Amino acid sequence: MSEKKAIRVAYGEALAALGEENEKVVVLDADLAHATMTATFANKFPQRFFNAGIAEANMIDMAAGLSTMGFIPFASTFAVFAGRCFDQIRNGVCYPGFNVKFGMTHAGITLGEDGGSHQAIEDVALMRSIPGMTIIVPCDAKETWRAVKAAAEIQGPVYLRLARLPSPIFEEEMPFEVGKANTLREGTDVAVITCGIMVDECLQAAEQLAAKGISAAVINMHTIKPLDEEAVLRFASSCGAIVTVEEHSVIGGLGDAVGDVLLRNRCAIPFEKIGVQDRFGQSGKPDDVLAEYGLDVASIAARIEKFAASK
Amino acid sequence: MTNEALTLKCRQLRRDIINMTADAASGHPGGSLSIVEMLACLYYNTMNIDPANPRWEDRDRFVLSKGHSAPALYAVLADKGFFPREELKNFRQLHSILQGHPDAKKCPGVDASTGSLGQGISIAVGMAIGAKLAGKSLQVYTICGDGELQEGLVWEASMAAANYKLDNLTVFVDNNGLQIDGTNDQVMSLGDLNAKFTSFGYQVVEVADGNDLEQVQAALDVKHETGKPKLILCHTVKGKGVSFMENQVGWHGKAPNAQEREQALAELEG
Repeated sequence: MSEKKAIRVAYGEALAALGEENEKVVVLDADLAHATMTATFANKFPQRFFNAGIAEANMIDMAAGLSTMGFIPFASTFAVFAGRCFDQIRNGVCYPGFNVKFGMTHAGITLGEDGGSHQAIEDVALMRSIPGMTIIVPCDAKETWRAVKAAAEIQGPVYLRLARLPSPIFEEEMPFEVGKANTLREGTDVAVITCGIMVDECLQAAEQLAAKGISAAVINMHTIKPLDEEAVLRFASSCGAIVTVEEHSVIGGLGDAVGDVLLRNRCAIPFEKIGVQDRFGQSGKPDDVLAEYGLDVASIAARIEKFAASK
Repeated sequence: MTNEALTLKCRQLRRDIINMTADAASGHPGGSLSIVEMLACLYYNTMNIDPANPRWEDRDRFVLSKGHSAPALYAVLADKGFFPREELKNFRQLHSILQGHPDAKKCPGVDASTGSLGQGISIAVGMAIGAKLAGKSLQVYTICGDGELQEGLVWEASMAAANYKLDNLTVFVDNNGLQIDGTNDQVMSLGDLNAKFTSFGYQVVEVADGNDLEQVQAALDVKHETGKPKLILCHTVKGKGVSFMENQVGWHGKAPNAQEREQALAELEG
């Protein structure tokens, strides 16, 4: 796990590669191409790149229109603006089931310095509520490549939640199938279900917990919708306790999706959601912000240790 | 189609609108009646479509940006044969292909799902960009309401239409002057629409009477300038053709009762 690369950088590269393979792929941005990294695609395929200017709502509906002409549009801006154009995503794209992909970057509180106005902590909650939406949160650069390729193969809307900062690339080859969880570490005391850049944090936390005699499984739930319910129930049974960890509000995100599975299946096991606890983000260095919101490795390990003790 | 035949068609479409909204006991007759001539010129004269093959790739596209005027669109689509006329009776009923607002997933001949105002024109812009990218010579048409112009998205889409030089896009504005809460001026003044759209980069064609078939057709036939989207600003009468509905704010989203239906149909005979 030595090499690092930002997921948004991998997103731009993956789009460019996909553009090479499939001439139906078009990309739209709203004046953030050098931040979302769609510029990598734009430089290679200027004819298939459309800048909407600072007009996110129009970008989404233009993508809807392009999809009806047989193209596969990827529309990108900051994840926080997915909320701004929720109506266009809902009514313009998802209601008719159009084939549009949303590559939304700078998600979560690790956006850091720009502050709470720009830190999307509710985008997954919004997207989960739309019928027919697929939601993928890749954990590293390699998984981002696979997610982009998979998104293009799905017929219908897909939301890709992408992080801003350089993050470690997992050395081992991991399988990737939409809707299928990856078990990265087996364990018997508690199952930690997570996604995105929290995956690496949770693996580190599990290592620390092992030293204290707590055996934590770590599951990369890269697809939040449709959720791998079978995996949730399997770990509920084998570990008897589940913790979810997400760089998102604990309301409406991965934690609620997992908790919903447990409730519906009358699975009365100890369960805890680690994430942003119903508050807005704020400015700060990303690591400092993570620590403030209890999402750094030490805080996550401490929370899980306490949870395991109370099991 | 001859002007005489088209005039008769328009009367029939208006009767369909009255019957659909009366049967459903809901819907939007006022704004449906004001766009009948635009739809008639498009669907019977101008647009290149094939009702037997609604997904034909090279067809001209139509987006009803003012989606609440769905009864007018459904009446035309049924008459063209996109679906059987009997379907009109199911307007707004459970499991119907004729939803309260156009649903591209359910209804043949509907190219985009609209109803959330401002979105249709933006989707039409995307279609026009896509047509050019695909090297297709097809045309994209859309109708916006005047109240709809209060949505910021209309102006975002208009900026993009000029920026991308969409000379394959024609936008109609149904300027009947009324919206739910009153006149445009009472709610939110629209100002000089011709000047606004001209400054946004459209080729603007103004139609003094947007309920006059010859005038609407003449505007459609005006040569489309190269490199510019075209906007046809139609001054219309909301509720056109039914005396007690004409220019009445109250008939935006109200269905006629049995007696009102009878009177309306009597006025629209022939």
